[in-house]
Amino acid sequence: MSTRTLISPAQLARPRGKALYWVVFGLVVALFTVVFLGPMYWMVSSGFKDTQEVVQTPPTLVPESFQPDNYSQAWNVMDLASLLGNTLFYAFGALAFQLVFDVAAAYSLSKLRPVFGKAILGLMLATLMIPATVLVVPQYLTVLDVPIFERNLLNTPWAIWLPSVTNAFNIFLLKRFFDSIPRELLDAASMDGASPMRTLRSIVLPISRPILGVVSIFAIVGVWKDFLWPMLTLPDPSKQTLNVGIYSLSNGVPMNVLIAALTMASLPTLVIFLIFQRNIMSGLTAGGLKG
Amino acid sequence: MSAPSLTPSKAASARHAQPPVDGPPRRGGAFGRSLKRNLTAHGFLIGAVLCFAFFSWYPMVREFFLAFQKTDQGEVSWVGLENLETVFNDPAFWQAWRNTALFTVLALVLGFAVPFVVAIVINELRHGKGYLRLLVYLPVMLPPVASVLLFKYLYDPGYGMLNEVFGFFGLPEQQWLQDPDLSMLSVVIASTWMNMGGAALIYLAALQGIPGELYEAAELDGAGLLRKIWHVTIPQTRLILSLMLLMQIIATMQVFVEPFLLTGGAGPEGSTTTVVYLIYQYAFNFNNYGAAAALGLLLLVLLAGFSAAYVKLSRAEDE
Repeated sequence: MSTRTLISPAQLARPRGKALYWVVFGLVVALFTVVFLGPMYWMVSSGFKDTQEVVQTPPTLVPESFQPDNYSQAWNVMDLASLLGNTLFYAFGALAFQLVFDVAAAYSLSKLRPVFGKAILGLMLATLMIPATVLVVPQYLTVLDVPIFERNLLNTPWAIWLPSVTNAFNIFLLKRFFDSIPRELLDAASMDGASPMRTLRSIVLPISRPILGVVSIFAIVGVWKDFLWPMLTLPDPSKQTLNVGIYSLSNGVPMNVLIAALTMASLPTLVIFLIFQRNIMSGLTAGGLKG
Repeated sequence: MSAPSLTPSKAASARHAQPPVDGPPRRGGAFGRSLKRNLTAHGFLIGAVLCFAFFSWYPMVREFFLAFQKTDQGEVSWVGLENLETVFNDPAFWQAWRNTALFTVLALVLGFAVPFVVAIVINELRHGKGYLRLLVYLPVMLPPVASVLLFKYLYDPGYGMLNEVFGFFGLPEQQWLQDPDLSMLSVVIASTWMNMGGAALIYLAALQGIPGELYEAAELDGAGLLRKIWHVTIPQTRLILSLMLLMQIIATMQVFVEPFLLTGGAGPEGSTTTVVYLIYQYAFNFNNYGAAAALGLLLLVLLAGFSAAYVKLSRAEDE
C-alpha cells in the first residue's frame, strides 16, 4: 500500500531489521511525545498545582496539590471571558470579511476576467514580496488616520478586520482552485440565464467547500495567533485579544494562575485543529508553499 | 495564433468575449456587453481592492516617503537622508544586524535541518505516522503567548525543566535567557519548537512524491543510508528545499515576537535586539517614524533579493 522509501522492505523483513525497526520506532515515539507533548502536559498540570509546588524542584509529574480553582481564578482575575469574547469577535469578523471580499475577488479574477485583472492580481501578489514587518509602521499610521475617510480606527474591530482582507495568499489559493473548475459548467449556468452572482452562489461555492474550509481555518487561526498588530491597534485593555491581554497581565498574577490562563487560551485553537486536522494538513501541503 | 480559417466575425467575437461566461442574451452592442461584463467583474473586485489600496498599497508607498520625512507634532518635513544617518549612527544598529544574522544562521541550522530530519524519520516509519504528524504540528496551533511563556518557565534557572533534564544527564546548568552568549540560541530553540510543524508537513508531502524505484536503483549501486539521502532524497526534494530555505531566510530576518516576549526584546546586554525590534522601538517607543521607516527600507532592500529569487523559483515549480 505504501510506496517504497529509503529503507528497503527486504531489510526490514529480516529479524535483525525488524528488531531494529521497533527499537527506533519506540525511541522516536517516546522522544516526539516528550518534546512536543511534554511542555503542553507541563502547562495543563501546572495549572492545577499550588504556588509552592509549581516552582518546586524537581518538578512533580502529577500535581500533588490539586487546585482546580486556579482555573476559575484565572478566568475571573484576568477577565478571560471578555478577552475570549473579543478574540472570537475579531476572528469571526475577519473570517466574514475575508470570505466575502477575497472569494469575490478570486472569483472575479478567475472567471469574470475584468480588464486590468492581471495587473490587479499582480499588485496583490506583489504585497507578498514586501516583508510584513516593514509595513507595520505605515499601516499603523494609516489606521490612526485613514486617508479620505479621515477616521481613526484605533481600538475598533475595523483595525483587525479590514487589513485581514489584504491576504494575497488566500486570494491566490482561492483563484487557483476556481481556475480548476471547468469552464463548461459555468457556461451552462449562464446559458440558463444565471447571473454571475447566482453562478458563484449555486455552482462555484458548493464545489469549493474544501478550499473554503482551509481558508477559513487559516483566517481564524491567523487572528488567534497574531500578537504585534493587535497589541499596537487595540491599546484599550477592554478591547484586547487573549494574546495581548494575557501578556500585559502576566506580571501581576501568581504563576500557577497565569499558567491556567495560558491553558485556557490555548484550548480553542487546539480543539479547532483536532477537529479539522485532515483539512488543515491537506490544505497546508496542497497550496501551503506557493506564494 | 489565430487560425486563418476563422471568419472575421468569429475572430472578432473571440477577441472580445475571451471568457464567454456571461453573455447569454445577445442584446445591445459588443461595447455595451463588454462594459457591463467589466462593471460586474470589477464590482466583485472592489471590496478587496479597496482594502488593499488602504492597508497595503498606500502603506507601501508611504513607507518609502516616511523614510525621508520627519514628523514633528503633526508637522511633516522633508529631511533627505537624515533618517538614514540617525539609524546608522545608532550604536544598536550593527548589534541588531549582527543579532539578526546570528538568529537567521542558528534558525537555519536548527529550523531548517530539524524539520527535514523529522520528516525523513516519520516517512520511514510504518506505524503511527498520523500520531507523529499530529504531534509535530500541535505547537503551531498554540497562541504565541502561551508557547513563549511556557518556554520562559522551561528555561528558568531556578525551577526550569530544562536544567532539570541537563542535570539528569550530568550536564552543567545554564542561565539560558539570562546569559548573553546563550540567549539568542534559547530564543531560536523556542522559535523552532513553535514553528517547525508547517515545514515538517510540507517536507513530508514532498518525500512521499519520490518514486521508490530511485532508492532501489541506488541500492543496486551499493549505496548506504546516508548516500541514498544525499543522492536521491535531497536532489528529489531540491526545489521544495530551496523554496523553504528562502522562505526561512525571509521569515527569520523579520523575527520579532519571540525575542520580544522571551527577553523583553533587547535581552541581556542587548544580545537579542533584532532589526525589527529596533524598528519597533523607533516607531513606538521614541515616536521616530522616519527612522523606523528608514531602517525598514534597509531591511526591505536586503530581503527584496531573496523574495525575487523565491518568486522565480516558485514559478519554475508551477510549470
